[in-house]
Amino acid sequence: MTAARAREKTRAERTHRRRRLALRLLHFAGLFVTMCVICLPGLWIVLNSFRPSVEILAKPPDWTPSFTLEHYRAMFGGAGEGGVPVFRYFRNSLVISLSSTVIAILIGMSGGYAFARYRFRAKNAYFVGLMLFRAVPGVALSLPLFIIFARVGIIDTHFGLILVYVAMNVPFTIWLTDGFFRQIPRELREAAEIDGCTKWQAFWRVEFPTARAGVASAAIFAFLTSWNEFALASQLTRSAESKTLPVGLLDFTAEFTINWGGMCALAVLMIVPALVLTFLVQKHLISGLTFGGVKG
Amino acid sequence: MTAVTLSGIVKRYGGLLAVAGVSLDIRDGEFVVLVGPSGCGKSTTLRMIAGLEEISEGEVLIGDRVVNALPPRERNVSMVFQNYALYPHMTVRENLGFSLKIAGADAATVAAAVDDAAAILALGDLLERRPAQLSGGQRQRVAMGRAIVRRPDVFLFDEPLSNLDAKLRSQMRVEIKKLHQKFGSTVVYVTHDQVEAMTLADRIVLMRDGVVVQVGTPLELFDFPADAFVATFIGSPPMNLVDGVVGEGDGGGEVIFADSSRLPVPVSARGGVSAGRRVLFGFRADSLMPRGHSVREEGDVVSLRLAVNLTEPLGTETLLFTEVGGAEVQGKMFNPRPVVAGEVLDFCLLLDRCHLFDAETSAAIRV
Repeated sequence: MTAARAREKTRAERTHRRRRLALRLLHFAGLFVTMCVICLPGLWIVLNSFRPSVEILAKPPDWTPSFTLEHYRAMFGGAGEGGVPVFRYFRNSLVISLSSTVIAILIGMSGGYAFARYRFRAKNAYFVGLMLFRAVPGVALSLPLFIIFARVGIIDTHFGLILVYVAMNVPFTIWLTDGFFRQIPRELREAAEIDGCTKWQAFWRVEFPTARAGVASAAIFAFLTSWNEFALASQLTRSAESKTLPVGLLDFTAEFTINWGGMCALAVLMIVPALVLTFLVQKHLISGLTFGGVKG
Repeated sequence: MTAVTLSGIVKRYGGLLAVAGVSLDIRDGEFVVLVGPSGCGKSTTLRMIAGLEEISEGEVLIGDRVVNALPPRERNVSMVFQNYALYPHMTVRENLGFSLKIAGADAATVAAAVDDAAAILALGDLLERRPAQLSGGQRQRVAMGRAIVRRPDVFLFDEPLSNLDAKLRSQMRVEIKKLHQKFGSTVVYVTHDQVEAMTLADRIVLMRDGVVVQVGTPLELFDFPADAFVATFIGSPPMNLVDGVVGEGDGGGEVIFADSSRLPVPVSARGGVSAGRRVLFGFRADSLMPRGHSVREEGDVVSLRLAVNLTEPLGTETLLFTEVGGAEVQGKMFNPRPVVAGEVLDFCLLLDRCHLFDAETSAAIRV
């Protein structure tokens, strides 16, 4: 009797274990397919940047792998060899993205703090207004911006693009940092003030370090938005003086041909810094994004 | 060593009156507890002393300085918050030393003060930890340590024990009292817990709806409540109150209850009430005791034969629920024996420890 029951029990356990294993396999398979969909285009770009143009365009596709650095060589080469001013573009991108991020964070953090901590008239209306501003597609603004910038004379300048990106990033930064400052108990600042801090000191020595994760994630988002933006940059830049990397990709299109290999090589160059940055701060980023759910 | 004086302080939030003119003289080295139900303005009053809340009207003096316009950092007070408010990105050591560092003290002074505070509060092993790695009780100690490091003129406590469990709370109560004895600083302590108020205070300030109802030593409030609210707020279980009307009677009148039963007017109000006045007859559980299990049976005592409806044994005593004048009341049995529900016992009521309150104003009637 008991032996039979024990056998029954082990059988039930075995089926249970098998079912769990099957579920896990299914889970991994699902994850794999999803990740393929997400990662394949990126992988394709990286692979194509190392393949000869003939292979990239081959029909049917050529599956035998081959490796060449010709696109990179050409890209960094002179103008006659299909080269583009990579370093200029890179520097433009870096200057524009970094300065617009720093400015947007400073403005956005002050705004977010004000929304989180102070009561003022029409606060909600302001906030909704800022969020509505986010709903306007950037491209729709490109023509008016172009006309205004042309009149003022800031077309094709770093300053013009920085201005645009700051305007794009401030609402989002306000929204994000507002959430973070809201999570910090008011008593922390009060304790700091009683401990001898001025309001300014209380912010920089207590509240800012506590909200650091949030500010860092807001900064990353702002940086990546500026770094990757194409639509507006392509309208507002003309020359190598101000073109950013995404706009630089267009250098590889000629009237009748597109240099896919070169384009992929430049794209890889664009992705690398963004990837490195994300890796460096990913701990902050994740803790920043899940801040609300975790009690400190 | 500093006294704190509040003269007619008022706090308005828009149209809402949170504190409606509180005046108070807190003596140097005194432990004053502000107590009252939530929303009575006690925390707002404390925050006005700290400088965290603007004062709408009136003056706050710390020592002989009017501090109304001074920011918190210039008032030389320290405060312990209900949620501890420890800086999460600093270690315990940094938390403790923060105020001195801000004040520009050199590293050696900070280290000495921190070690000193850590020794007093037994925080020595925790100095390198962060607040997130501490238990509730430990965080509370750190918060207190942060307050004592600076040796302020006035300590302010805003419901510091409310987030702790009952056992820790009574431990910390003792520690706070010891700290006060050691430093002798002026303390203003806010709580909604009347036990904390009774056990800690030199003087209790009982507040309701933004005004002070009564100020006095714990025993003054317990024995001579100014009105029915104080009588029910202070003491556990709360004072029994029975509705009645004063009637003619020999020897100073009597109170007639809804069920037509009568009791003599308490000693304290004898000759102070005229017939026909509606009153509340009040007595504490330990003034109504079964004979043979009481603390006193002679003197101004009335005998009552009452049926017990329910019992609550507490070990050294048992609470007995019964009815007097048609209202449910609680009595106390000392050196208890088992009592079953429905049992009828001979009680004695200590008339000289009963109170009479006006039914309309709820103010105490005393002569």
